[in-house]
Amino acid sequence: MAISGKEREDFEKQLEPYVGLDIGIEDRGRDPVNAAMVRHWCEAMGDHCGAYTDADQAGNSVHGELVAPPTMLQAWILGGVGMATGESDPRDKQKELHRLFDAHGFTGVVATNTEQEYTRYLKMGDEIRATTVIESISEQKATGLGIGYFINTRTRFYDQNDDEVGWLTFRVLKFENEAPAAATEAEAPAAAGRPQRLKPALAHDNQWWWDCVEQGELAIQKCSDCQALRHPPRPMCGECQSSDWEFVFSTGQGTIHSYVVIRYPEVPGYTYPLVVAVVDLEEGTRFVGNVLDVEPDDVEIGMAVQASIELVDDEMKLPVFRRA
Amino acid sequence: MSEAVLRYDQVSVGDALPELPIELTSSLIVAGAVASQDYTPVHHDKEAAQAAGMQDIFMNILTTNGLVSRFVTDWAGVDARITNVSIKLGTPNLPGDTMTLTGSVAEKDDAASAVTVDVTGKNAWGNHVTGTVKVALAAGD
Ligand SMILES: [Zn+2]
Repeated sequence: MAISGKEREDFEKQLEPYVGLDIGIEDRGRDPVNAAMVRHWCEAMGDHCGAYTDADQAGNSVHGELVAPPTMLQAWILGGVGMATGESDPRDKQKELHRLFDAHGFTGVVATNTEQEYTRYLKMGDEIRATTVIESISEQKATGLGIGYFINTRTRFYDQNDDEVGWLTFRVLKFENEAPAAATEAEAPAAAGRPQRLKPALAHDNQWWWDCVEQGELAIQKCSDCQALRHPPRPMCGECQSSDWEFVFSTGQGTIHSYVVIRYPEVPGYTYPLVVAVVDLEEGTRFVGNVLDVEPDDVEIGMAVQASIELVDDEMKLPVFRRA
Repeated sequence: MSEAVLRYDQVSVGDALPELPIELTSSLIVAGAVASQDYTPVHHDKEAAQAAGMQDIFMNILTTNGLVSRFVTDWAGVDARITNVSIKLGTPNLPGDTMTLTGSVAEKDDAASAVTVDVTGKNAWGNHVTGTVKVALAAGD
């Protein structure tokens, strides 16, 4: 539970002095802006822009000479391998602030927004340094990740002439984390691999139907007494109340009885816009399924469709429809 | 490559940028982290990432920014001058997935011959990045 009452009041009083504070350390680029680091960056990003790596193209461009990719700005002052050792400057007020949050249960950290502005492109030989100010700390907020506080920082970058060349802001959420440790720079942890569809709840009354799907068949339940067809599977006939049943295999041919196009919200594992149709199967029952490979605007009531059983994620098969 | 130059007068609000799918490999994530001098362990050390509650190493913000910038200059060419990148971060970029960058021209600023491009980078789990890039283009003849 998040702290409250007097404890929260005391905590928030301790936060106040940090607002507007320079974090107390200056980040100084260990190397001047140079072609080797730019080339390495461009290779990693697959960026072939001639302004960065082709002296002729750069010379003939508005830049007039080789320049560094603008989004590389922070790379000139980051710590490199030293960052992996976890040692931090004890004078760093930003780290101190984060530790204060940690100590009060707000151990999670996630960057939610960042903005960069570039006054000019950096040229080879520029020497970069940066200073950072904690601009603001939000009120306590209830977020999707948990209760927490947003911290806004602004880092200003200067060149060898002390002219500002750009700035960047970060908005970071420090939140009460249920997970064991903090996940930096990322939102909710994703599951392994690609997103999978929700699995059906299997029980005595429907397991057989999914077994048929697994075998590549779209089955329709049929009353053994009055011969009425029914779907989805259930134990008793709605027409004659008989609990004796068998099933037939559908040809998968049908026509669209009605449909919707789902655009929002997007659930991982589906492709949007998603056409979901109620299909009149030729046997006489209705079935709900996705209609694939057709533009939403081209779907019509009465359109002939054909079902096929296909894998819709790594393991689940489902009947899906296409225009017949 | 970037020899082609897009001029300001050739661009209209609503123009779509060529879609750019980025295959998310461990190599890309590590290369991006190293190229940006960001050795925070979660971007190169799978155990550290898992200790932080993630399945695997995940892309750092500088690489996201670098890819967004590439997406825009692939379209705009060598005379483009990016002046501002503002992004919101969403689902992490993990190895084995693909992030597809899409974008379109949202605004034109005649005085600066600059355009604002709306950019979205989407992976299988949702939007990894949404935001805007302001870019000045070569003025028309
Ligand atoms: Zn019956």
